[in-house]
Amino acid sequence: MRNKKLVSYSKYGYIFAIPFVIAFCIFTLYPIIYTFIIGFTDLKGAGKTDWNLLPFTGPKGEKFYIFKNFKEVLTSKSFGKAFKNTCIIWIMNFIPQLGFALLFTAWFTDRRSKVKGTGLFKILMYMPNIITAATLAILFNVLFGYPKGAINDLLNGIYKLFGQTRKSYEFIAHEWSVKSIIAFIQFFQWYGNTMINLIAGVIGISPEIFEAAEIDGANRVQTFFKITIPCIRSIMVYVLVTSLIGGLNMFDIPQLFIDIRCNNAGLTTNMYIRNQAFFGSYMYNRAAAASVIMFIIIVALSALLFYLMRDRDEAKLKKLKKMELRAAKKGL
Amino acid sequence: MSEINVTKKSSIKRNDTGLKVVIYIVSIFFCIMTMFPFVMMLCNSYKSTPEIQASTLALWSAHPIANLKKNWQIINSMDFHPIEGFWNSFLVSTCSTLLNVYFSSLTAYAITAYEWKLKRAFSAIVIGLMMVPATCTTIGFYQMVYKLHLVNNLWMLILPSIAAPMTVFFMKQYLEGALSMEIVESARMDGAGEFRTFNQIVLPIMKPAIATQAIFAYVGSWNNLFMPLILLTDKHKKTLPVMVSLLNGDIYRKEYGAIYLGLFVTVLPLIVVYAFLSKFIVEGVALGAVKG
Repeated sequence: MRNKKLVSYSKYGYIFAIPFVIAFCIFTLYPIIYTFIIGFTDLKGAGKTDWNLLPFTGPKGEKFYIFKNFKEVLTSKSFGKAFKNTCIIWIMNFIPQLGFALLFTAWFTDRRSKVKGTGLFKILMYMPNIITAATLAILFNVLFGYPKGAINDLLNGIYKLFGQTRKSYEFIAHEWSVKSIIAFIQFFQWYGNTMINLIAGVIGISPEIFEAAEIDGANRVQTFFKITIPCIRSIMVYVLVTSLIGGLNMFDIPQLFIDIRCNNAGLTTNMYIRNQAFFGSYMYNRAAAASVIMFIIIVALSALLFYLMRDRDEAKLKKLKKMELRAAKKGL
Repeated sequence: MSEINVTKKSSIKRNDTGLKVVIYIVSIFFCIMTMFPFVMMLCNSYKSTPEIQASTLALWSAHPIANLKKNWQIINSMDFHPIEGFWNSFLVSTCSTLLNVYFSSLTAYAITAYEWKLKRAFSAIVIGLMMVPATCTTIGFYQMVYKLHLVNNLWMLILPSIAAPMTVFFMKQYLEGALSMEIVESARMDGAGEFRTFNQIVLPIMKPAIATQAIFAYVGSWNNLFMPLILLTDKHKKTLPVMVSLLNGDIYRKEYGAIYLGLFVTVLPLIVVYAFLSKFIVEGVALGAVKG
């Protein structure tokens, strides 16, 4: 009876999913496929839309000429630099981000010291996350200004207190200070978010486990490393995956930190893609090839991380299935 | 034995106060660090350029109102039109948020409430797509939009949000816990059509999830820079983040007060919204973490 009903309504499942599918096909699937194809063509030049697929063998008999754009991207110095920058800046931001987020998580969820005002701390620390990244980038750009900027003023003031003089430093003209500032803005924007995610995970842990640990005489540090961290492992992987994908797509902040003197310190892969496609000689094909390369990297990395995350539950399932089998055998 | 216990307890307590002091100092330091840039932004927005060059850190100005007026004139005299940018951003964010939450709820309902052949494959695809960033499709998307002569059309920023795999996933998780098929069945008994049941019965049940996702969709859309920067070339169509990125140009190099005021104008709505909804937003983030 119930089954019949479900069957008769099943067409609505299709109907209600149609808008999603249509919008997805037009705005995501088609552009992905189109981007893939453009990567194998000669499409370049401002406002051009017609293209020819590259021949498999080139005019001078080069083999695999069809992969020319990919080869050019992978061997180009600026793409290499952009990819390296993207990874370095992401690591420089993620390690302190996770570190401080874990530290605050440990402090704010500690059952023994019961810190007050955590609600307010959380709200203040999360705030930068909703602020427009572009705004933050320019704000920090002027705060780190030279010769007069809030940071230089502040540091000069501190030196003065100790009776010393300090020369203002031109932060945005040096490679590593630019990288550090970009990484710091990312950190500034995301540590609160990571912390709240982790705290939510800790609150989800059954309090009995902590009570048991307390009775067994585990101290704070032991409890945190032996109980809390293993229990929030899946949330940490989730944070890692989202942060990694966000990091590989870094654009807004470094985009606003371009200074010729700092040796392209903040050039990221997304900026490379945009520069190839919409400036100079409008190399849509090369930009598309770079997008495809980034797409493959992101899919591979997130698949790997998802696999790591899934591992445990699957193992549990397998165990359960084995037990069921055994029970069934016994029953026979 | 009991004596040992007592000394142990008291030593823990003494450790506690030391640790607590450290916790409060570090936490307060981080809060100050977080607020510092915003305080600087606010305080410099009503200063004149010579005043800023004298000291960025000074909190007050001699003629705040006059400076504010002058800075406002400077930002408006360049290609920076905060009101227009605000309106464009408002339009794009509002429409795309509405489409995002409505169609995501509908899709999630299709996955949870009905049995259909391709359901499993479909939801697997949705989960798989969650992580694919929009930027990977940029070149193809741009070429498509360009061919259709829809560059500078704000709808090209709005319509893609109908298909938001991340929101669908969240809504699906929520519905699985909150929806009981008996309510749907009884609506059917009363003769309500499937579509009406969704709009009048299911949507109200999903209100908490919709509210959370709407906030994130809104903030995400409001802050988006990459796509608008590529698609919008008409200066009257630019959204607020694109306008903000103009503030970096050389024309403003000397007008520090105007830069600070421009920045302040762009984040003002966000700060106002956050002041009212912060508790709710933080809870929403936590909810998403547990579900995700």
